[in-house]
Amino acid sequence: MSTPGWPRELVAARLHVVTGKGGTGKTTVAAALALALATGGRRTLLVEVEGRQGIGRAFDTAPLPYVERKIAVAPGGGEVRALAVDAEAALLEYFEMFYHLGVAGRTLRRMGAVEFATTLAPGLRDVLLTGKVKECVTRCGKDGRHVYDAVVLDAPPTGRVVKFLDVTRAMADLAKAGPIHTQSEGVVRLVHSAATAVHLVTVLEDLPVTETLDTVTELDAADLRVGAVIVNRRRPRRLPERAGVATRVTTAKLRTGLAAAGVALADDVLDGLVVEANEHGERMQVEATALTKLTDGPVEPLPRLDLPEIADGMDLGELYELAELLVEQGVQVRPVSRSAPR
Amino acid sequence: MSPTRRPPRLDLDTVLDDPGVRIIVCCGAGGVGKTTTAAALAVRAAERGRRTVVLTIDPARRLAQALGLKMLGNEPRAVVGVGGSNGQRSGELHAMMLDTRRTFDEMVYTHSTPQAAAKVIANPFYQTISSSFAGTQEYMAMEKLGQLASTGDWDLIVVDTPPSRSALDFLDAPRRLSSFLDGRMIRLLAAPARVGSRGLRRIVGAGFGLFARAVSTIIGGALLADASSFVQAFDTMFGGFRERATATYRLLRSPGTAFVVVASPEPDALREAAYFVDRLAGEQMPLAGLIYNRTHPVLAKLPASRALDGVQAAEAAGRAPGAKLAAAVLQLHADRVALADRERRLLGRFTHAHPEVAVAQVPGVAGDVADLDGLREIGRRLGEQRAVPEPVPARG
Repeated sequence: MSTPGWPRELVAARLHVVTGKGGTGKTTVAAALALALATGGRRTLLVEVEGRQGIGRAFDTAPLPYVERKIAVAPGGGEVRALAVDAEAALLEYFEMFYHLGVAGRTLRRMGAVEFATTLAPGLRDVLLTGKVKECVTRCGKDGRHVYDAVVLDAPPTGRVVKFLDVTRAMADLAKAGPIHTQSEGVVRLVHSAATAVHLVTVLEDLPVTETLDTVTELDAADLRVGAVIVNRRRPRRLPERAGVATRVTTAKLRTGLAAAGVALADDVLDGLVVEANEHGERMQVEATALTKLTDGPVEPLPRLDLPEIADGMDLGELYELAELLVEQGVQVRPVSRSAPR
Repeated sequence: MSPTRRPPRLDLDTVLDDPGVRIIVCCGAGGVGKTTTAAALAVRAAERGRRTVVLTIDPARRLAQALGLKMLGNEPRAVVGVGGSNGQRSGELHAMMLDTRRTFDEMVYTHSTPQAAAKVIANPFYQTISSSFAGTQEYMAMEKLGQLASTGDWDLIVVDTPPSRSALDFLDAPRRLSSFLDGRMIRLLAAPARVGSRGLRRIVGAGFGLFARAVSTIIGGALLADASSFVQAFDTMFGGFRERATATYRLLRSPGTAFVVVASPEPDALREAAYFVDRLAGEQMPLAGLIYNRTHPVLAKLPASRALDGVQAAEAAGRAPGAKLAAAVLQLHADRVALADRERRLLGRFTHAHPEVAVAQVPGVAGDVADLDGLREIGRRLGEQRAVPEPVPARG
């Protein structure tokens, strides 16, 4: 089953990269997406890479360590695990694995030597972070099946995301052989495959929409697959419209309507209501223009999911509400077949 | 709900008019309207009679156009059509966009002989450091601020800060880059046996040699060699760099500086703002207050419950003229009360932890800022903002 907002290709994707301009609610949407994909008995992993601890805050828990752990239960018995990947820890992990560094590793980290090494080659950080993500996506359990039905990556914002995912470019900085090189080749294969989709979160304003469209072009040029555009914080259209334009509210028109309903209000209240209503009308105009730009911009229309502004909920309740709305719009993942439910 | 503690009001016009305030730094999470706020404050200051320069980092195209900035320019240019007078002085506005690479080049030339500078700039590793090293933009923004301040040409410098991973990066960037450039680490990695102090080797033992070898296996010998010769060439100018960074840090702590933290009504933006406030206090840097940006204050004194009753009555009135419109307007008001409530709760969490921080609440404009009049309007809202409003009583 697929929908226009979540076509069949996205049902088959296993790595969902979520990006967006700062302030559009990228982390919240990534968390809601992980919950939505876990709905109905799936297991998903939500990963953050920028050391901002946004996921821990979104789920109202303590900061995430460099360990995958269960962070939420999804409707219908699914589970979401979360992981904060950090480049230095990932580099140490490599050193442990391949060079048996032992306790010296921790001392070196305290000295700043590990941080220094990761900043020496700017591409190295990205290679380490995406490498860990790839390991999570492809990891299999004892039964030989993938451990996660889907992995959701709360990625860097639109300005940096293509550079972040385009590991080929980063690899130019690094030695042409060795374990990190081998793993990076795996990352390149994964992010350019049908298993990966990059979703873009935006709000209906000129600037975020422009950045979204620019990023779509950049992703195409880098041969990375664009998934869905997720329009966040949409306001309900309340005012009567003529030809798509909200009616301009005047005190006289409003007074007539209120009189018909038998509602009597003081003049200053009436004036305030008129200003509020017309501000909403202008805002709707801005949203409509931005939506037209978003729909007409790309050569091929992009799958689109809509999420409303939620005024009364906050934190965890809001996340579950958003996840449910995503599921209603068709968001799902093809489950990894497992021999027995665990 | 416990009685809402009202934060003190941040009076931005007083800050803009205070001749003792020479620098205003706008900081906050990405996407909260920092750049626009910086530009609007600068326009307002100029029209209130101050000779003002605004340093923007990567402004949106339309904002750049509004300021008459067509391209990156590393020197301020006058903005035509902005100015005013406070009776004694006539203000003007100049604007610039930060050019990170050029600022870095200039710094290298300032602190070195032409030959040594040319050698550094030609090193492939320098290209990397000056363009893509995390923190370079932050560092250069602070360097440019230092330069602008040292000319003595300006009554007021308004600075925007880069959209960092964390809003705090620009405070740490000079120190981070300094520790990178001071050469100790690179010497350890390039020739650990010769340079590593005996004490250090005793601590990490053979681990360090292993580590150095592992690093060079990963990043390749060529890059390490470039980095090493870069740091060597850089050695002579390092003292000058560090001095500048220290001077700018002192400038930020001086009483002539005012930090304003910008946050939108979103949990993340406010958390970031709270971290920032703590950090500034820790560094003893002068905070003017919080700009609570793009809010939706309730404009009609009508409780949501009564508005919703009215919606029902208007819907019952069916096809009577204006009834549909009345229902929509009353529903919008109920939405707005809920939104304003959320915004107040979010701010309440911040104020609860930081009751001493002054707050300016700035209602959002519906459209995008496309010209100087748009900036003037935001400036007006910044200057004339009301105190945080009382909640509308649930029953009235």
